[in-house]
Formats: sequence, C-alpha cells, structure tokens
Amino acid sequence: MKSKVEEILQQYPNAGRDSLIPILQSVQESLGFLSEESVVQVSKFLKMPASKIFGVATFYNQFRFTQPGKYHVMVCRGTACHVLGSATVLEEIEKYLKVKPGMTTKDKIFSLEVVACIGACGLAPVISINGEFHAKVTTESIQSIFETYRNREV
Amino acid sequence: MNLNIEVNNNVLTAMPGDTILDALNRHGMNVPTLCHLKGLMPSGACRMCVVEVEGRKNLVTSCSEPVMDGMKIQTHSARVIESRKTIVELLLSNHPDDCLYCERNGSCELQKLAEDLNVRERRISGNKNNYKLDVSSASIVRDPAKCILCGRCVRVCEEIEGVSAIEFVGRGSKTFIDTSFNHGLNVSTCVNCGQCIMVCPTGALKEKPHIDEIKTKLADPTKTVVIQYAPSITISLAEEFGFKPGQNIGGIMNAALRRIGFNFVFDTSFSADLTIMEEASELVHRITTGGTLPMITSCCPGWVKYAEEFQHDILPNLSSCKSPQQMMGAIIKSYFAEAEGINPADIYSVSVMPCTAKKFEQQREEMTQNGISDVDAVLTTRELARLIRLFGIDMDKISPELADSPLGTRSSAGKIFGVSGGVMEAAIRSAHYFITGKELIKFQVNAVRGLAGRKEAKVMINGLEIGVAVVSGLKNAEILMEEVRNGRKDIHFIEVMACPGGCINGGGQPIGTNEESLRARMKSLYEIDEHDAIKVSHKNPYIIELYDKFLGKPLGHKSHHLLHTNYQERDVN
Ligand code: SF4
Ligand code: SF4
Ligand code: FES
Repeated sequence: MKSKVEEILQQYPNAGRDSLIPILQSVQESLGFLSEESVVQVSKFLKMPASKIFGVATFYNQFRFTQPGKYHVMVCRGTACHVLGSATVLEEIEKYLKVKPGMTTKDKIFSLEVVACIGACGLAPVISINGEFHAKVTTESIQSIFETYRNREV
Repeated sequence: MNLNIEVNNNVLTAMPGDTILDALNRHGMNVPTLCHLKGLMPSGACRMCVVEVEGRKNLVTSCSEPVMDGMKIQTHSARVIESRKTIVELLLSNHPDDCLYCERNGSCELQKLAEDLNVRERRISGNKNNYKLDVSSASIVRDPAKCILCGRCVRVCEEIEGVSAIEFVGRGSKTFIDTSFNHGLNVSTCVNCGQCIMVCPTGALKEKPHIDEIKTKLADPTKTVVIQYAPSITISLAEEFGFKPGQNIGGIMNAALRRIGFNFVFDTSFSADLTIMEEASELVHRITTGGTLPMITSCCPGWVKYAEEFQHDILPNLSSCKSPQQMMGAIIKSYFAEAEGINPADIYSVSVMPCTAKKFEQQREEMTQNGISDVDAVLTTRELARLIRLFGIDMDKISPELADSPLGTRSSAGKIFGVSGGVMEAAIRSAHYFITGKELIKFQVNAVRGLAGRKEAKVMINGLEIGVAVVSGLKNAEILMEEVRNGRKDIHFIEVMACPGGCINGGGQPIGTNEESLRARMKSLYEIDEHDAIKVSHKNPYIIELYDKFLGKPLGHKSHHLLHTNYQERDVN
C-alpha cells in the first residue's frame, strides 16, 4: 500500500524545487499538517535538504507541523476583529488552552491557528471551531465556548 | 581592459568582474562587511558594506555590486557612516549584553564594528533575544540568542560542506537559525566540522568545552593524565600567543603541557605514522587482491559521518583504519599502559585537535576497548590556548622541551597530515616502499600539495599507474564521489578532509584564520618535511619497535583489534 504522501509525490514526476510549495500544500491538505516523516519524504524526493524545506515551510503561516486537534480553532486577526480586540481574545485562548498558535493541546482535542481574515467581519471578533463560527467573542465567553466542545468528549 | 573608478575623489583602477568591494580592498581601502564571505556568492543581506554611488538614489551594497567604468563612489560619507552605525545599533538592541562572559569577548566582530563605528551609547533598545541553548551536539554549542542572522554559517554548511544541517527558520522578527523541526544538532545531518564556528562573527557558535573535566582530572592524584597533539597544533597555536603565523612552537608547547601537569606528552604525528603503516598496507592489499577500490581515507571524522549519512554505498571503500587520534588513544591504553605498568582505567587520555568533529569521534562507541574509551577528552587549539592562560604560563619565557618517548617521536610524513594532501603523500611514500622494497627518489608529490579544493595525480609504482585524488570541503567530496559512482575507474586512492585546506583550517583552529595564515601554516609543515631526516613513516624507529614488540605486523591480529574499525549507515535529516 502506498502512503498518502507517496501518492501525492507520484503526481509530480520529474518535479524540481519549484514544485516544493504545491507539494507541501497537497501534503498538508491530505494529512492536516506537515509531519516530520512527510518532510523527509519530500526531501528525498526533491533531493533537497530537510532543513531547507523546514526553513521554507516555516516562512509561510499556512503550514503547520503538529497534528491538528479534534477541534481546530481559527482565530481571526483581520482588521475588523483587531479593532474589536482580537489580540486579547487570542491571548485569552492561548492561556486557556495552554498552547501557542500552530500547536495542539496535550489531550489532542484542540489545535490553534491564527488566520488573516475569515471573512465574517460583521461578527467581529470572531473565531471558528471546525467551521462553526462564534461571534463577538469576549474574554468572558471563551471558557463557555470551549467547555461546550470539551463536554462533547466525555 | 582595466576600468577607472573614482573613490572619495581619487581615481583608481578596477578590473572587469570586480565587485566594488574587491576593487576597494585591492587598493587597501576597507569598508566593514558582515554577511560577506570571501569565495562564496554575495548575499547582500546585512547592508553593512554600503557605499554611496553618484547617480544612485539608494545606498549600494559594495559586496555584491559590480564596478562600472567611471563609477563615482563615496565610501565614508556622513550618510554612509550613519547608515552603517544604525545597523550596528539595531543589531545590539536585542543582543544579550553579556560580553564579559562571552567566549568571543575580544574576538567578536560585532564588538569590533561597534568600536570602529564609534557606537558609545544605547540609542535603540529592544527586547533581548531569548532562545534556548542547543547543547545536544558532542562538538558544537549553539546560542541563537547571540546570532545576528548574517547567514554565514548557513552558507558554509551548504556551499562548502554540502550538509545543510542549519537553515533560517521562521520569518520576520521571529527568524532564527535552526535545524529541521527544531531538533538538536545531534540528531541533524551536522557532521561536526565546525566550519560554521570559524565564520560566525559572534559567540553564537562555539565548541563543546572539555576544559573543566580536564582540570578535575589533572587534580586527581589517582590518574595518570596524558596528552597527545595533532600535527598542525604546534604551528597554529603560535598565533594564539602572538607569534607570527607559521612559527612552530612545538617545543615550547611540550614544556607548557608539562607545567600544566600532564604526566606524559605525546605527538599524534607518531600515530599518523602508524596510520600510514596500516593504511598503505591496506591500499597495497586492496590493489593486489582485487579489493574494493578506490580506497578512501578515514582519518577525518567529519568526512566519516558525512559518508555514513549521505554516501552509504561507498562505506566499503572507506579504509578501516581508525584515525591517528584514536590509534594513539588505543596504543596509550594498551602498549603504553602495559609498558608503564599502569591500569588503563587509571589513565585519562586527552588530545588537542584542530577539530571539533574529533570530540564526536572520541565518543563513538566503536572507539572503546572493553568499555574503556580510547580517548577521554578533546581540546581544540583554542581551548588549549585558554588552558595555558588559565595556568599562567608565559610562552615567551619557557624553554622548549621534547615530547615523551616513544609515542612522541615522528617522521615528517606523519607531520604533513596537517594539510590537505599530506595523508596522500605520506601514504604514497610508504606504499611505494611496500610494493617495490625501495624508497622513492623524490619524496615530494607536488601535484597533491596546495590549498585547492581538488587535486589529482598519477603515480607510477613498479610500472603500475596509481591514480590519486585529494579533496577538501565535503561539497568537493560529494562531486568526486558522484564521478566515481558514474564510472571513473582511474582513481585508486582518495583523501578527503572536511575542512577546506585540511586540518590547518580545522573548525577548532584560532578564530580569525584566513588565507594568509593558512599559507603560512602549510609552508611551515612542508619546511619541516624538507629539513627532517626521516621522511617516511616506515622508517620511524619507534614505529618499527612498536610492531616488533607489540603489534606484530600491519593488518595483523592485534592491529585489527586495536587500530581498525567499522562504519554504520546513519539515517538523519
Ligand atoms: S559543524 Fe559543519 S556540518 Fe555542522 S552545522 Fe556547522 S558547518 Fe554544518
Ligand atoms: S550563528 Fe553566527 S554565523 Fe550563523 S547567522 Fe548567526 S551570527 Fe551569523
Ligand atoms: S557584507 Fe555586503 S551586504 Fe552584507
């Protein structure tokens, strides 16, 4: 059986270094993140040092290196959300989940990501959890939002 | 055709293809640089080298800008100086202020720039960098907090060594230098060559220190503490103490080592002779019995790890000989221990190497006998200088002494191991004797001398044409291995050194090593070879005695056990 990454790489015969970003995007789409293993596979495939790929990938916000949690939290840091206090919201969520953006909680339930603009400015400050939007988030409402999800797990 | 340029209102000549910086330097005019590395492609990243060019709105980076006929350049206008000064002030703004505790206090380029540009107050202050130290490697300590992101280490590691263990990670103000997946250097592809240390302007990169442990052992009366030093050390150490580059201070160093308290002082050039006995025999054996060829040297631990990582298929080509450091270590704890009636477990064996990778090699599990390490600690040239200062020894006043017999006596063939091509030349001399029973008429093999990254020669021995190649810098090794893989059959023996120019340019040598000092060190080694009476390893009387009394014959049972090793594929990334 071919691994998901091998299947992706198969679609890039004779690929050169310029295919790196599209390949990484496909890998992330398929795995949900760039695992170490996948980066090494891509590195062997493109004959490019893994450190270089890691360097390139960390340059772009779109790539993550930890497995997403069961619930993927996106915090909008667009202009409208910013004006209405998304910085504080993000800070509170980081404190509450004890992770930084790009990371996944120890229990693997939540992962956190910062996005430029979700396109729901009317709901600012807004966060989305597995695609469900939560509008006008305040420091007070954060706990109850997350508890709802956590309660589904027990 | 030469070009004319006008610099600070003086007309100067420049050559086509020059960068502005090249032209200025040739006329003895300096502008400060930071990211620039001689011989590598300019990156133009730091903007320290800016100059003003008439007709250009923005300041121009002199390290990357080609000269043009009629160019009018200002190298030290008020605008230029202000710009350079601001860069330094910005670099200082988040730099940890611990110069007094820093390894590079006094040899730091950032300190020097601040001094030269007359930075005397803190105009800009930012949050201090705060990154974890990476102490995972056996050889190298990384302190990213002190990194000013010049990128020199990244380029050396990629362009000279072909390793790319480290890279810029992240973006913007969060950028720093790290390994893939932020794992420690120990699990990366790093081969421990230390060339990154040699180019780092600050204290962000240094060797893993071994001084403290050695101090403790020197104070322990139950230990016999012995020391060996690599061929190039007697010369490169001179520069650490203000002697002129190339001066051989071996005698003074022997005396200093005894003052510090080392019980026995040995010369690794002796075991370089021993390496030649084994390695030349191995070469002759492979050639005459149809063994795997080309045979490739194994005395450079940077190269060995590189081969284990990137060149699995040629591992059978590597000579099975341990390096001179490890052979000496093994002989000290067997032959010497036996002769002196000392329990090997009570010997603490130190080596001084021009090399950081030797610290890794010393810790390889293959390098032990019955659970006892061949070598216990490794100092770089720089650390030895520190140790000598620590013990308050005045190198100008002490009188030279000889190293201890028998492991302190060498031929000059063992001595030239310190420079790229030296191992090859020493091996050819002995291989010729082993095959023909006669000495070469002319010992010098000029084609393999010099600082070029790749050298080749054909040597006739008994009507047999032997092709040899010498490479330094692992990128050059990679290219040569590819040629061999693609079918080159005319090469029988290859010498590889990770550091460009060989051990005289090792990652443990004095900071500030440059082409001039390298040439002086090389010249000095070949002068020793010129003047010494014994120019071949197989004529070293103590080597002959070692085989008579202890080892038997080269490639014999005891040699196999003590002096040879094997290699492992490594899967790292
Ligand atoms: S020691 Fe050599 S291989 Fe390791 S990071 Fe430095 S330059 Fe690269
Ligand atoms: S570690 Fe040193 S050489 Fe590498 S980028 Fe930082 S300052 Fe430059
Ligand atoms: S030295 Fe020229 S840009 Fe850095």
